[in-house]
Amino acid sequence: MTLSAADAMSPLLSLPDDVLLDRLQRGAFDYFTHNANTANGLVPDTSRENSPVSIAVVGFALSAYPVAVERGWMSRVDAVQRSLAALRFFRDSDQSGTPTATGFKGFYFHFLDIHSGARVWQSELSMIDTALLIAGVLTAARYFDAATADEVELRELADFLYRRVDWCWSQGGCETIRQGWKPECGFLHYGWEGYSEATLLYALALGSPTHPITGDCYRGWTATYQWENLYDHDHLYAGPLFVHHFSHAWIDFRGIRDSFMREKCSDYFENSRRATLIQREYALRNPHEFAGYGELGWGLSACDGPSDEQAGLTNESRRLFGYAARGVPYGPDDGTLSPSSVLASLPFTPELALQSMRSMLQRYPEMLADDRLSSSLNPSLKDAAGRAWVSAGHYGLDQGIVLMMIENHRNGRIWQLMRGCRYLSDGLRGAGFDGGWLRQAALQGVR
Amino acid sequence: MPPLELPPTTPQDASESDRLAEVHPIDRSNPHPADSYQLLVVGAGPAGLAAAEVAATAGARVALVERHLLGGTCLNTGCLPSKTLIRTSRLYADMRDARRYGAHPPGDLQVDFAAAMARVRRIRGHLGGEDSVRRLSAMGIDVFFGRARFSGADTLTVNDTTLRFGKAIIATGARPHVPAIPGLREAGCLTSANIFNLTELPRRLLVIGGGPLGCELAQAFCRLGARTTIVQDLPLFLPREERDAAQILSDAFARDGIEVRLNTHVVAVRVEHGEKLVDLVSADYHSTVAVDTILTGVGRLANVEGLTLEAAGVDYATGSGIRVDEYLCTSNPRIYAAGDVCVEYRYTDVAVASARIAVQNALFRGRQRLADRVIPWCTYTDPEIAHVGLYVREANQQGIPIKTFTVPMHEVDRAVTDSEDAGFVKIHVREGTDRILGATIVARHAGDMINEITLALMAGIGLRKLAQVIHAYPTQAEAIRQAAHAYHRTRLTPRLRARLHRGLDD
Repeated sequence: MTLSAADAMSPLLSLPDDVLLDRLQRGAFDYFTHNANTANGLVPDTSRENSPVSIAVVGFALSAYPVAVERGWMSRVDAVQRSLAALRFFRDSDQSGTPTATGFKGFYFHFLDIHSGARVWQSELSMIDTALLIAGVLTAARYFDAATADEVELRELADFLYRRVDWCWSQGGCETIRQGWKPECGFLHYGWEGYSEATLLYALALGSPTHPITGDCYRGWTATYQWENLYDHDHLYAGPLFVHHFSHAWIDFRGIRDSFMREKCSDYFENSRRATLIQREYALRNPHEFAGYGELGWGLSACDGPSDEQAGLTNESRRLFGYAARGVPYGPDDGTLSPSSVLASLPFTPELALQSMRSMLQRYPEMLADDRLSSSLNPSLKDAAGRAWVSAGHYGLDQGIVLMMIENHRNGRIWQLMRGCRYLSDGLRGAGFDGGWLRQAALQGVR
Repeated sequence: MPPLELPPTTPQDASESDRLAEVHPIDRSNPHPADSYQLLVVGAGPAGLAAAEVAATAGARVALVERHLLGGTCLNTGCLPSKTLIRTSRLYADMRDARRYGAHPPGDLQVDFAAAMARVRRIRGHLGGEDSVRRLSAMGIDVFFGRARFSGADTLTVNDTTLRFGKAIIATGARPHVPAIPGLREAGCLTSANIFNLTELPRRLLVIGGGPLGCELAQAFCRLGARTTIVQDLPLFLPREERDAAQILSDAFARDGIEVRLNTHVVAVRVEHGEKLVDLVSADYHSTVAVDTILTGVGRLANVEGLTLEAAGVDYATGSGIRVDEYLCTSNPRIYAAGDVCVEYRYTDVAVASARIAVQNALFRGRQRLADRVIPWCTYTDPEIAHVGLYVREANQQGIPIKTFTVPMHEVDRAVTDSEDAGFVKIHVREGTDRILGATIVARHAGDMINEITLALMAGIGLRKLAQVIHAYPTQAEAIRQAAHAYHRTRLTPRLRARLHRGLDD
């Protein structure tokens, strides 16, 4: 007799919270060791066959290794070697900006070949994904602080890679940072407006001693913010949940405020807490009556999803949106939930996030494989056996954000580490952030 | 170079005969002109008609000169025919979506496009009666048809007749702009000026431009059965509107089955084997779409040509039109302008409002300014997108602290009962106060709903007062009350709550 998925889940769900989180965090971490190319330190975007590398996932991997060392899942030597391999690769990578290069102006193309590191899919030189990579690079540099030759080299490489990024160029002569660039057509204009996950990008770009942007650039971006009262919560609006998470993986926003948040008597940490509560409120209302939504079933975010797009056909009515930045309250909403966005909410709403994760695991055990959360599930689309539609394989971004946010929830380790990153704290000050640990760091003179 | 394909002309049916009899009777001669007119109005679109009527009602001796048809763009090729067609397209969309309402979709749903267009012409003819020569003449207005040319600072000739005026208002409107795309003119394209003359549905339609007109007609023709592609050179539709509004519209288009091409430029058009091949470029992605008909909706050009404005000393610029001061006076103090020929916001309601201001200032020494008016606008897609007042980004740029009260339409009972819960009401107030700065509404009937906010803005009514206004229940406009109540709840500080609680105990 074989165990059903639900039966298999029972022992996991009977675990105390801390042990459960340990299992899920370890499961997330294993994504990086199972899928990375140890020769060059690159990590694929997904676990699917022939997946290219996502530079952002490499950034998460570099941030994950210190956690793994601390938790005894990886030796320090192994972690240093994996990190060094990646940093050396990026140092030596082709920065010519040609269509098959790896990067340009210190930035990198979004997707790379896992063996050669060359650009694939004609992807864009990505400013936000480079920022996520560089954040990982700086995390490694902060953690590996020993005087050994390898760790000294690692820190020097990290410094080199950060200083090489020409953030000023990425403005393309405009008020705000452009979202991408391609050798075939120059800067891309996606028209991002409003709050997004780019706070980290702006902080890194402002903190650069070599090619910084100006504070005006940050203010130009925040001028597009919308402060909204929705479901009786005042908050800085952004629909998809990951927007409220990604910068928070590295930056401890508790008690520090820029001028926007000072004016609103709030901070970005509190804002993410409210964003979680708004997600719950939306799921409770469940305007489209999707299965599985409720107080303990939410998580609309950027994720994979089912698609009704048919190859070669145009002008077909769409109800399912594939990979999309789902959000509340305006959608798109096709019944697809991102479980990793629920777990990544742990630092902001610990009880709600844990209860919801347990409930979703209980109801949809198929969303977990090898202790790793799938990118998404859609309980409204069930198979013959009554199981929810589940995204195949795993996505590196999901595993990275889960691992880091569990760590920040448990002990604030990444936040603590990055509080000491001079570039980041300088950048935050340049953006007008003040107060809390940032003021203390200034007094103590972080390195 | 002439187009290869002539644009369709209006079918000459009974409706059309009725319409022409009202708005440009063929057998009519121009009246004998008076020695001088206190007000001469050039152009008989919404602005010109409003100006003539207001002045005539006030007792002025008025002449109205029209080159083509009374009623202008709005009646003949603009708001009214498009809204008429949109209504039919909405009906077909609802029939296809019948299951959402617990009903069976018609088994064999065939779109009768010719009937839909006949309805457009019939309703246009019916509404044309309001703008008829007969009615205007009865009001004492001398209506002249013909080409108008200024011949001096206070004279104008219509055909060969010279008219003298004390004051004049130029309200010649604007016409669709056809973009300079290689091959487009040769291949032929439609604009709003002639698309309502169609009697056969284009099988494949490409719409250039994601502004209000392009969006409205793309959705309407898609719902009527045309395989529709819309190309917009910016990352979102309706660039003036806020991101969420444009995003909801993009999602609605995807659900309708419109092929959406954002951030895309049309670089060339060719004709091969009887079909139009349109070359598109989006960043580094090149593609070609084969269609039968191209519609352009990329803005409008002011009608200033042929008026010999130089002779009257009236400054103008090609494209943007006649230069006016804040009181709508041109560089010739005798001559004012109103409507699309001179204002930034080219809407019928603005045209009419500007005409009334121009009359007041021209004839009655008024000092009224269009800038003092509150101007709402609406794009009549499904859902509709309406706005009035400040946008958040404008407030931020001006350093005005702003806060938004948002009510998604799924919070509104009547929107839920009607399965029309896509959209929102967002009311922007000055932070810390209840003073309304602006609002955006995305809802199936947003155009009707925005009027309440416009009234509140004009009358200085804040959210506190709006919260006290009893709204008929259940209506979708209740969303506005709900936003006002959300504001009210934020005023309930813990201290105030405690006091209220004590009051309960007593």
